[in-house]
Amino acid sequence: MSELLQFLLSGVTVGAVYALVALGFTIIYNASDVVNFAQGEFVMLGGMTTVFVHAAGAPLPLAVLAAIVLTAALGVAMNKLAIEPARGAPVVSLVIITIGASIFIRGAAQLIFDKQIHSFPAFSGDDPIRIMGATILPQSLWVIGGAVAVFIGLWLFFTRTLLGRAVLATSNNRLAAQLVGINTTFVMTLSFALSAGIGALAGVLVTPITLTSYDVGLGLALKGFAAAMLGGMGNPKGALVGGLALGLLEGLTAGYISSQYKDAAAFIVILAVLFFLPQGLFGRKSTDRV
Amino acid sequence: MTLLQIEGLGISFGGIAAVKDVSFAVKPGEIVSVIGPNGAGKTTLFNMISGVYLPGTGRVVLNGEDVTAMSPHLLARRGMCRTFQNLQVFQSMTVLENTIAGYHLQESGSVLADLLNLPASRRRARTAEAGARTLLKRVGLERAAEREAGSLSYGSLKRLEIARAMALNPKVLLLDEPAAGCNAVETEEIDHLIAEIAASGVAILLVEHDMKMVMRISNHIVVLDHGEKIAEGDPATVSRNPAVIAAYLGAENAAG
Amino acid sequence: MRLTQKSATLLALAVIVALAPLFFPSSFYYRVGALIFVNGLAVTGIVILTGWAGQISLGHAGFAGIGAYACALAPVHLGLHPAGAVLLGAAISAVLAWLVGRPILRLKGYYLAVASLGMGILISMVLNNERDLTRGPDGIDVPDLGLRGALKAAGLDLSNGQFWYFFCGIALLLGAWLALNLFNSPTGRALRALHGSEIAARTVGIDVARLKLQAFVISAVYASVSGSLLALQNKFITPDVAGFMHSVEMVTMAVLGGVGSVAGAIFGAAVLTLLPQVLTVFAEYEQLVLGTVMVLVMIFLREGVVPSILRKIRGAGE
Repeated sequence: MSELLQFLLSGVTVGAVYALVALGFTIIYNASDVVNFAQGEFVMLGGMTTVFVHAAGAPLPLAVLAAIVLTAALGVAMNKLAIEPARGAPVVSLVIITIGASIFIRGAAQLIFDKQIHSFPAFSGDDPIRIMGATILPQSLWVIGGAVAVFIGLWLFFTRTLLGRAVLATSNNRLAAQLVGINTTFVMTLSFALSAGIGALAGVLVTPITLTSYDVGLGLALKGFAAAMLGGMGNPKGALVGGLALGLLEGLTAGYISSQYKDAAAFIVILAVLFFLPQGLFGRKSTDRV
Repeated sequence: MTLLQIEGLGISFGGIAAVKDVSFAVKPGEIVSVIGPNGAGKTTLFNMISGVYLPGTGRVVLNGEDVTAMSPHLLARRGMCRTFQNLQVFQSMTVLENTIAGYHLQESGSVLADLLNLPASRRRARTAEAGARTLLKRVGLERAAEREAGSLSYGSLKRLEIARAMALNPKVLLLDEPAAGCNAVETEEIDHLIAEIAASGVAILLVEHDMKMVMRISNHIVVLDHGEKIAEGDPATVSRNPAVIAAYLGAENAAG
Repeated sequence: MRLTQKSATLLALAVIVALAPLFFPSSFYYRVGALIFVNGLAVTGIVILTGWAGQISLGHAGFAGIGAYACALAPVHLGLHPAGAVLLGAAISAVLAWLVGRPILRLKGYYLAVASLGMGILISMVLNNERDLTRGPDGIDVPDLGLRGALKAAGLDLSNGQFWYFFCGIALLLGAWLALNLFNSPTGRALRALHGSEIAARTVGIDVARLKLQAFVISAVYASVSGSLLALQNKFITPDVAGFMHSVEMVTMAVLGGVGSVAGAIFGAAVLTLLPQVLTVFAEYEQLVLGTVMVLVMIFLREGVVPSILRKIRGAGE
């Protein structure tokens, strides 16, 4: 019993990270229909930048802030330099562009930082908390709390603020949004900043547990994507539920089947969702057909 | 004998009924026109019949078979083909290639034969090309055969679409505003072309704004307003129908 | 006599394969040439899938992995001749592509990219983890094809480098010939129609999902054979052949040269295969360069380098 609980607790922790990545996907997808394969690099940058700013002598909270702001700025730059110039390009071109951007960021990180594995101290120490025979790290609570806080924050932003509603309107119908005076270019910029910032936050929160290096982005992007697909592409609630479900599945796979193949869980989920449930758990059914 | 039977077809978008409970029938060799003010649901109706939209209610029966919501490529196999109001030609292909594309069902064989450039594959391509050239002559585009389709005038593109549809050797042809944007001479040419196709036994379903043309060539007219059928009959009957006159006058008043 | 574009491409390619060795500074370049041809073969498959069918795969290296490991494993475990192993690998790749592609190509959009990415990573995961069978990340020996020995017995004595250079060159010519046949065939016309207007393509009876599936299966076979040739000439293979970076390389090569044109794609393969050989610092900057190329080409030269240049030349000639 305590064994199962242990697997579930670690599953929820990684699931919370996947949920954050999936939320990042969702924001950009909703604003622009672009599937941003570079989402995982934002997570990597959050962790790595914190490590290096901290090592340079800045206190940890300042390093964290710097990492999130810098990554958000990079997200904006990516949108301005790579996505906006290609507006109207076919889906295939946009996929290639975001893949290219992700490989570029990874290559740059490898040169600017290094190829080592890094970490920084956990926020509230490393003493495990005992719950019914299982343990959980205080940092895991930070991760879970971060995911919940971001989700609530986004929900408030999209439903309670004028700006948030403008973003939603743009995702429903770009042209109509422009006609009623919404600056859709600004909405795109904001979405990339928000999405990159959330990705960086995920990287910051999880690095003390899982460590980080220049090449962790792709794996996280894929898993975040699997989570978003599972929940239903473009649905924030789906991203949260999908992320947690994928994390739990992975935790249980690692515990009961094979830790070598725990990463396979995400890809099997992707394939299974595409085969049997293309619109995901909470997705709208598309009227388009081939 | 009925070839195409439309039974109670309807669809709603976001809770608003765009087309409601429309029924009518088309016989071989007959020209049936669907008319109505702008926004009456004509193109939506076409999109449901031709499998582009999934109908909310009702059935489409082709040659006794229920083909409701069937994919366009399967409908093509069963002898239904259409043209588009907003023109769907293959811009970067030549006029000839566009027409040959209409022979896809007769032309395509095994991919393996195509990869290896086997005589069978070449023979199929040659037969299709010969057929396409004959069709282009019939619609008066034989001189433009090698030109890129994107460089053609609007009226020529309309005829190219008809030629491509004819290549399928259809039993039913759906024409969505074939004369829209054409001048008087072009309209008359298309007029003749449609009459000729119908005379060869093809059932034709037409959406058209040019009322003179509709009255001239139709055997039977179905009138839609706000997504519902308000009248049906031969041109003379329909043009005297008070509901039809009211719908058109109302639409004009609203527009003015 | 005016050459068709197909014969012109094939002729130019044949001349290059035959005459390039005259300019090789050292025998090392036979090996570089063979690598270019192997990559060119895989990238020709990408042209069919991405350039003509408009679909993108981010897991094609997985098929190369299947082709490569078929050559390593089938001769040992099944007693198959290496040439038979190439066919077996191609058949497995085709079946897998069919199984994965069939449900997914009915959906619109970017789904094949995601599904193929997942599939590719699963394949590379299996190759890395099933040490009992594949010996894991350290790689495994691949048996000799035996053809070079046979040629020698028949009186044609080629060095190992020379043999693989010409063998892969012929394989690429064959692959290019098949692809160009396809382009000019009814299937190719249907693919081009699909590009022009998907809805009109369906209206004339083209089964869009089936056509895309055929392109995916064919391109998987290209990748598989290219993986087999790589394994056979190196006589050794590691799971890197199936890795994500290899998939990205294939797409980048195709995109750089021109994803719609076989000649362009082979040019792209040549450039990106040569770069690391010429620039020793390239390894360090490989990801930076690949990423930049992908983004810049997609923004500024969407057709790729070769078709854009050809267009310029033709434009100037008129």
